[in-house]
Amino acid sequence: MKRKLIAVLVGAALASAPLAPAFAQAGKAAAGAPKLTDGVVRIGVLTDMSGLYSDLGGAGSVLAAKMAIDDFKAAEKGKAFPIDLVSADHQNKADVGAQKAREWYDTQGVDMVTDVLNSAVALAVAKLTAEKKRILIDTGAASTRLTNEDCSPYTVHYVYDTYSLANGTGNAIVKGGGKTWFFLTADYAFGHSLESDTSNVVKASGGQVLGAVRHPLNASDFSSFLLQAQASKAQVVGLANAGGDTINAIKAANEFGLTKTQSLAGLLVFITDIHSLGLQIAQGMMLTDGWYWDQNDESRKFGKRYFEQLKKMPSMNQAGVYSAVTTYLKAVQAAGTDNSDAVMAQMKKMKINDMFTRNGYIRADGRMVHDMYLMQVKKPADSKYPWDYFTVKATIPAEEAFLPLAKSQCALVKK
Amino acid sequence: MSRAALGYTVLIICGLIAPFVLYPIFLMQALCFALFACAFNLLIGYTGLLSFGHAAFLGMAGYMMGLAVKQWGLPPELGLLVGTGTAALLGYLIGSLAIRRQGIYFAMITLALAQMLYFFCLQAKFTGGEDGLQGVPRGHLFGFISLEDDRAMYYVVFAIFALGFWVIHRTIHSPFGQVLTAIRENEPRALSLGYDVDKYKLLAFVISAGLSGLAGSTKTLVLGFETLTDVHWHMSGEVVLMTLLGGMGTVLGPVVGAFIVKTLENRIGEFGQMLATYTGLEWFRTIGDSVTIVTGLIFVICVLAFRRGIVGEAMALLRKARA
Amino acid sequence: MAIFGVPLQAMFGQLLLGLVNGSFYAMLSLGLAVIFGLLNIINFTHGAVYMMGAYAAYILMTVLGIGYWPALVLAPLAVGIFGMVIERTMLRWLYKLDHLYGFLLTFGLTLVLEGLFRSVYGVSGQPYPVPDLLRGATDVGFMTLPNYRAWIVVASLSVCLITWYVIERTKLGAYLRAGTENPQLVQAFGINVPLMVTLTYGFGVALAAFAGVLAAPVIQVNPLMGSNLIIVVFAVVVIGGMGSILGSILTGLGLGIVEGLTKVYYPEASSTVVFVIMAIVLMVRPAGLFGREK
Repeated sequence: MKRKLIAVLVGAALASAPLAPAFAQAGKAAAGAPKLTDGVVRIGVLTDMSGLYSDLGGAGSVLAAKMAIDDFKAAEKGKAFPIDLVSADHQNKADVGAQKAREWYDTQGVDMVTDVLNSAVALAVAKLTAEKKRILIDTGAASTRLTNEDCSPYTVHYVYDTYSLANGTGNAIVKGGGKTWFFLTADYAFGHSLESDTSNVVKASGGQVLGAVRHPLNASDFSSFLLQAQASKAQVVGLANAGGDTINAIKAANEFGLTKTQSLAGLLVFITDIHSLGLQIAQGMMLTDGWYWDQNDESRKFGKRYFEQLKKMPSMNQAGVYSAVTTYLKAVQAAGTDNSDAVMAQMKKMKINDMFTRNGYIRADGRMVHDMYLMQVKKPADSKYPWDYFTVKATIPAEEAFLPLAKSQCALVKK
Repeated sequence: MSRAALGYTVLIICGLIAPFVLYPIFLMQALCFALFACAFNLLIGYTGLLSFGHAAFLGMAGYMMGLAVKQWGLPPELGLLVGTGTAALLGYLIGSLAIRRQGIYFAMITLALAQMLYFFCLQAKFTGGEDGLQGVPRGHLFGFISLEDDRAMYYVVFAIFALGFWVIHRTIHSPFGQVLTAIRENEPRALSLGYDVDKYKLLAFVISAGLSGLAGSTKTLVLGFETLTDVHWHMSGEVVLMTLLGGMGTVLGPVVGAFIVKTLENRIGEFGQMLATYTGLEWFRTIGDSVTIVTGLIFVICVLAFRRGIVGEAMALLRKARA
Repeated sequence: MAIFGVPLQAMFGQLLLGLVNGSFYAMLSLGLAVIFGLLNIINFTHGAVYMMGAYAAYILMTVLGIGYWPALVLAPLAVGIFGMVIERTMLRWLYKLDHLYGFLLTFGLTLVLEGLFRSVYGVSGQPYPVPDLLRGATDVGFMTLPNYRAWIVVASLSVCLITWYVIERTKLGAYLRAGTENPQLVQAFGINVPLMVTLTYGFGVALAAFAGVLAAPVIQVNPLMGSNLIIVVFAVVVIGGMGSILGSILTGLGLGIVEGLTKVYYPEASSTVVFVIMAIVLMVRPAGLFGREK
């Protein structure tokens, strides 16, 4: 009986042997090709291809993922394992996104899904991903729920979240004298998270929240919401929305003369939004960014390569997709398998160093932690060349940028 | 064995084998929509009432089912009952308002009332608004049959569909169904014969709404979430399309229509890719993202040239061949 | 100063915006009423042609460099011709059938049109600039009113009143009304009824396109702008009573204002209030406020 037990144990140890060295030499590339379930690592980019967020994700994200795969292959000098890329449009609908992801997981053997901007879609896909035990590396969605109350062992939240945005922009504006706030909030998970996180910051720094109005996603006419904001007499009107909604709200605010008496705070503004608005309207605005193309040589190099293809500079989300795919592929290589548990364990042990971030790492709750930046939009006169839009006002160190683990409600965090 | 019985036996056998051949999730969805279309057909095909707000029943039932299972912790079978009941009650309310008018007015009133419910769902807390109601567990049927496995779930859905189909079949062929047909053909005459037309219409409306609700709540159980898509008027239009394409007033038409429309929506992207490679027109590649062009075209063609639908035309051909 | 706890300023502001929205309801429901009156068709495409009007203006500007003022005439003209083609090639075949088929056909057309514009332009909005003449805003005391919004109200009200005058007070309008009552008889008087039907449909459609051009600078031009609006307009038509010209104008404006008021007192209900009113009207006066029971 005892001998039998030993035999079983030895057998089990032998069976798991191929995994062991991979774990042992974390960070280094494992020798030999990784074991892949269906002979190929398949990555899915699920994004908004034609809607209000398509500028900051969409085709740009697909391109970024493609560049990451090409670069990885080039670095491996043709010896890389087979990698496949698929992409789909989730149309900003949770059901469409979840359905697409389910089909990918069930019938096409997709191992990892990325981008997934729009928090509503992201939350749905995260649930499904956990159920199917695959990996979601979300770069585009903002809701902290992904790594807080709705965290999962298979979700990584990569670029930014509502906590870090509130912390950056909210703090800076309250300190600059904007004490009373009114919110214009996109009526779904993302807007709600951003509004509540910013409200907390405002109250904590001695400010006051006078009220909020919810507008539908992709609203066509902001006029009546702006009148409500105007009637509130708040000093600051916080825009808890993104993409096309932010652009339209800012334009309408100018039209109705709101900007004469109150100031606007864009809580999630991408460089692509600034480009559509133009510096004339956007100048002086404070915003929080996780990445800016004109930061250092590496980011400029990436930005220029990307620009050659799409004639636009990448947003932090698109740059994040590049970094996320690279990190994932490196982890598969190092873990020697595409088994989700092993790859997740590997990713949580790695330091992330690339054109996106220095010394980034993924916490137990799935949050990728890295420096964030408080930016100010340049005056038209100060912009020297195309897409020269931001000056870095402050660097928010990684440890302060995101929700401290001590305050996390995530079940994966051991206390 | 009669010919019809033989036909149904073959269909049942096909239904039992299907999940081993095709993607079960797709099959379950298609079956839910087939039941939805059949329920809708009871109104348009057998009573002559065009409801343009049936999405309300599908969606509200889905939400209530999700709420019952997720928040109240009810088992799935009771959840389905809650969903179906909600839809039937809603059907009673909307129906008693809408049957005050006929024809096109009836369609517009149901449309507008359904839109009102859409906005309600958009703003109500329990639906999750734009995020949708997510994380509805499949749970255990009658406490011991686990529905986690897709095939097990499939057979439950198949049984539900068969039950719903049988109810509709019985309704059509009952004396009650005969009165409905009489109303469709000539409402004043039915009225003059002493039938309380409004009562009959309302009852038909409630049955149809209830069964739509059964379809909606089953769908939520299968997919684990419910979103605004199901309450939107596009969904009301889609069920009209399924029924029209398959054949209004035929028993099997809506089923055929539902399967075709769902297949189309799923496969149109690949079809577009194929067309693009053959014709060299890059535009076809994007067609997968705008399914509505194709469904809209089918709509137009059906209305202009093909009003009996696939099953209707097929039956007409058969009859001609026999004569 | 305040009424029921709401500052007067905010209330007037919302009322004015309600009036702007009401102008759109009025123009669209007027077109629907005219078409329904003569063709007996509920034109579901009305939302789509409204959208096409805006796109036509957008295309005129970006492709041909034609500005707002010419577009205000050219776009409705182009879309109106498109409508006449639809009427001649498709709707014509359905007149003998149940009205429901017309409704379904135009619904299918709506899907096709929306899908086409969507596949070309995507769902995100395209900006259209406010014409130079109307740029800027006027301080009207209680709010800063962008000049363009004021122009919308003026333009749409004039168009609505002219239409009403033509139909109710001129000879042409008399033929039209007679055609509604008894087409055979009118035909017998030597009037080309089919042509009249085609022109009427074209006119109704052009009216919607005109509204679309008016809307273009205010909201982003996007493929779904019509479908968001058309259902409300249906409710407006049901409330006003189908086929009543003056009724649809007044109901449209009135409901816009009611919506504005709801935004002041109970914003959550602002998107449903029209439908609630519809339900009440149906219970009390099934034929609608201005309609006659047929």
